[in-house]
Amino acid sequence: MTLAATAAGHGFLSPTGVEIAFLLVGIGTLGAAVITVTTRQLVHAALWLVVALGGVAVEYLLLTAEFIAWVQVLIYVGSVVVLLLFGLMLTKAPIGRSPDADSGNRWAALVVALAAAAALVWVVVDAFRATWIDFGGAVQGSAEASGRSLFQYWVLPFEALSVLLLAALVGAIVLSRRGGEGRAPAAALKDGAARVFGAPATTPREEQR
Amino acid sequence: MHLAYPAVLAVLLFCTGLYGVLARRNAILVLMSVELMLNAVNLNLVAFDVWLRDTLHAGQALTLFTIAIAAAEIGIGLAIVLLVYRNRGSSDIDRLRDLAERPDGTDADGTPQPDTKAEATA
Repeated sequence: MTLAATAAGHGFLSPTGVEIAFLLVGIGTLGAAVITVTTRQLVHAALWLVVALGGVAVEYLLLTAEFIAWVQVLIYVGSVVVLLLFGLMLTKAPIGRSPDADSGNRWAALVVALAAAAALVWVVVDAFRATWIDFGGAVQGSAEASGRSLFQYWVLPFEALSVLLLAALVGAIVLSRRGGEGRAPAAALKDGAARVFGAPATTPREEQR
Repeated sequence: MHLAYPAVLAVLLFCTGLYGVLARRNAILVLMSVELMLNAVNLNLVAFDVWLRDTLHAGQALTLFTIAIAAAEIGIGLAIVLLVYRNRGSSDIDRLRDLAERPDGTDADGTPQPDTKAEATA
């Protein structure tokens, strides 16, 4: 795209409707993310994470990446947050306020995060202050375009990734299934790998799969 | 749309996740913060893919790959956290310091620390 031709019709002081919508949803997303990392109620953190991830999905829609947006809703909001809630329940997370949710180094963490935010915002704004996204032309992220490129040019990484996902899920089941009474976890790991597919679905981990 | 909007939003989301990873004590909250950081990266990938109009759709394909890897990561991570909780009775990451190097040279099997003693009875 020619930068000068498109930059002529834009300005900072005349935002388009898409920019205003992006800004509002972005403020909501960022607020939900900040509450996620600062709240003292562990279950509320997971629920605010739903809001943050849903906001990111709306941002994908505004960037015309509709397929990514629905994948985001399905995978993150649908399964990852449910997994996190299961994890909170299985580790007997306290319901209500837990005063020790933050460790002792939160002020150092705040300083590091603010310094990183300042440096990165400065660099990004300085680098892209004269760059506009052109939404004209063919839609970039429709399901047809994404599927076509994914299965034309990205087939081999796609298949390798499916093998990785399978290995990771089998590993998660093996790690978390309960062995016999009084057995070391290493022994449970060793024969758990051989019997993983025939094991009865009694552990909580397998029920949630 | 100005490219700075998604880029700055991604930066701020990433730094929020960074704060969460550094400041949180519960391991599952740390995993939530890691998810926030991965989402920031995904937002950058999508925005730059739409900006560059890549014929290979590299940004969107890599976003899908990142989402799949994040799902695998959260599965393995939660399995490890559950295993640690089952063995130790706690999932606070700053209490898991059996492998830490002490400044005076002693380690966990030389002189048992108060933390490991508490975890053994838990």
